[in-house]
Amino acid sequence: MKPQSIIKLQGLQKTYDLGEVQVHALHGVDLEIEAGSFVAIMGASGSGKSTLLNILGCLDRPTAGRYWLGGDDVSTLDDDALSVIRGQRLGFIFQSYNLIDQLTVVENIHVPLFYQGRDLDVCWDQCVQLAELVGLGQRLDHRPKQLSGGQQQRVAIARSLVNDPLMILADEPTGNLDSQTGREVLDVLCRLNAAGKTIVLVTHGEEIAARAHRVVRMKDGLVDRDELNRTSVAVPTPLVAAR
Amino acid sequence: MKPIIPIALVRIVQLGVKSLLLHKMRSALTMLGIIFGVCSVIAMLAIGEGASHEAQEAIKKLGSSNVIIRSVKRTAESNSAGQNRRSFVAEYGLTYRDAARLQTTIPGVRRVLPLRIMRDDVRFSTISHPCQIIGTHPSYPEINGVDLLVGRFITETDERYQNNICAITLSLAESLFTGQNPLEQEVKIGANYFRVVGIVRERGTEQKRPQAGATEGQTIDANVYIPLSAARGRFGEVIFRRGAGSFEAEKVELHQLTLQFENPESVETAVPLIQRVLERFHERKDYELVVPLELLRQAERTKRIFNVVLGSIAAISLLVGGIGIMNIMLATVTERTREIGVRRALGAKKQDITTQFLVETVVLSVGGGLIGVAVGVITPVLVEQIAGMKTIITWWSVVLAFGISALVGVVFGLYPARRAADLDPIEALRHT
Repeated sequence: MKPQSIIKLQGLQKTYDLGEVQVHALHGVDLEIEAGSFVAIMGASGSGKSTLLNILGCLDRPTAGRYWLGGDDVSTLDDDALSVIRGQRLGFIFQSYNLIDQLTVVENIHVPLFYQGRDLDVCWDQCVQLAELVGLGQRLDHRPKQLSGGQQQRVAIARSLVNDPLMILADEPTGNLDSQTGREVLDVLCRLNAAGKTIVLVTHGEEIAARAHRVVRMKDGLVDRDELNRTSVAVPTPLVAAR
Repeated sequence: MKPIIPIALVRIVQLGVKSLLLHKMRSALTMLGIIFGVCSVIAMLAIGEGASHEAQEAIKKLGSSNVIIRSVKRTAESNSAGQNRRSFVAEYGLTYRDAARLQTTIPGVRRVLPLRIMRDDVRFSTISHPCQIIGTHPSYPEINGVDLLVGRFITETDERYQNNICAITLSLAESLFTGQNPLEQEVKIGANYFRVVGIVRERGTEQKRPQAGATEGQTIDANVYIPLSAARGRFGEVIFRRGAGSFEAEKVELHQLTLQFENPESVETAVPLIQRVLERFHERKDYELVVPLELLRQAERTKRIFNVVLGSIAAISLLVGGIGIMNIMLATVTERTREIGVRRALGAKKQDITTQFLVETVVLSVGGGLIGVAVGVITPVLVEQIAGMKTIITWWSVVLAFGISALVGVVFGLYPARRAADLDPIEALRHT
């Protein structure tokens, strides 16, 4: 039985109108991602990689083409509806962690639920469990400034899990970390994937992409190569968030 | 859009406070503008209100249904005129006939109270005290607001028979009769003896009257009240006054007439009539009209202008405070661009961002407003203690000041909040 596609892109185009010139960032991308897969998107600067990520993350709309996320066409939704989609179906992990300074670890994890109207008092246990899952059970009341980079990225991972998303979008999640910490963070992601989470990773690093099951290479606004990674390492211990 | 349930609002306010506490100094300085604004609105209006209240009280004491006519000596001009006519005696002022004419011709007059005022020494045994001798009618206490403490005031009988009796003020009684009962004692004024029948106290001793010879406007609290008929009979119409190297005499029948009307409304129609009657019988304007009702109205008008001026100054300071807030919030939005991007990525709608920053601004301004109200309520008390000025804090000034401060938060928070919400999430996330 073929796994269900949670993402389906069809003829996706994106054109930036810069007044005098029109920049075609995407020339018609077709892509399908199945549930539970671990996909790395690679490509040089200007390859359309970032644009694709923005559209996948529902932060931007395609100029043409269709984008189905979890069975719904989201390519033409308005700003508010896209906000709802982001809050309910997507998890984000950024290169520079992007935690909110004035909030504690638990509160940071809670942010996506806050915008779904769920109060922290109601989902406290869930947020604490996620903090424990990424190994920060002892630092619930710490502020981001009191944590190391690796710890901050773990909080960000916990935050990306809190809304039980269809897909986690990770944009160079190890870019700001030293290789040791980066490997640890990557391990966490691999183990989450082993537990069934769909992960889309954008990266420059070949050794990072090597951890993914599938590598999509972008070039000039098109998918250049799309290949399964056969040299994948042994399946890691699944990291399951208790529900 | 999901309706904002109260608990969510509480969380947003908590978030706002948290964000503001991140930069305590900056938030405190921003609030300062609003604090001073609110404080100045309340304090200024309280001081203004206190000042005008005092003025109005003073006027009300004169009686709003009264018209007071005073004899006025026209200095140089009247002197030469008087000398031309009759030696050195300056003749001026209101007459008994004026009193009778006004009583009969002006509609709505209930009573006319004539006053004759002389300055002389009052003696009792070896003690002598300079004071004001006031010849008047029995209705004086009712019209001029004098409290009878002991004994009685002048009666109709005293007036008719020119009885040598007098009522004296409390302070005079204290200085003349230390340790003795003043009642039924006789005091000597000039060449005559007057029997003390009562002790009175003037309401508010600040009352000022034209006095024969003495500096006008001097505070008087040593008064002797005698029947008008006795004043005329014993002392005559001409008052002599000896000073160092000068000798003056003036002939004045009455120094003051107080016209009491049925009600304040009839005062307005009567004033022009009074003026016409007096003009006809006085060649020179040797009298002045004091209409307490008019003074009161004027005081109210002045107060309104005062309030507008003070209010505008205070409002401008609030405006400046508001601009300060907006400035800081714009800087905050720029500084927190990335946070805005993150929140948008994590599911915040534009509306959520607007609300967050608007609430933050309102927390600043309302916080400043509350502190401002506290300081503004204390300030007038201090002013009263230190400067001795009367202040009245009105509830509406507190409500107004606080309301404006909250409004300032909304108005000046809206623009930065909209700017925050309109940021492109992608750009915002890329912002460093």
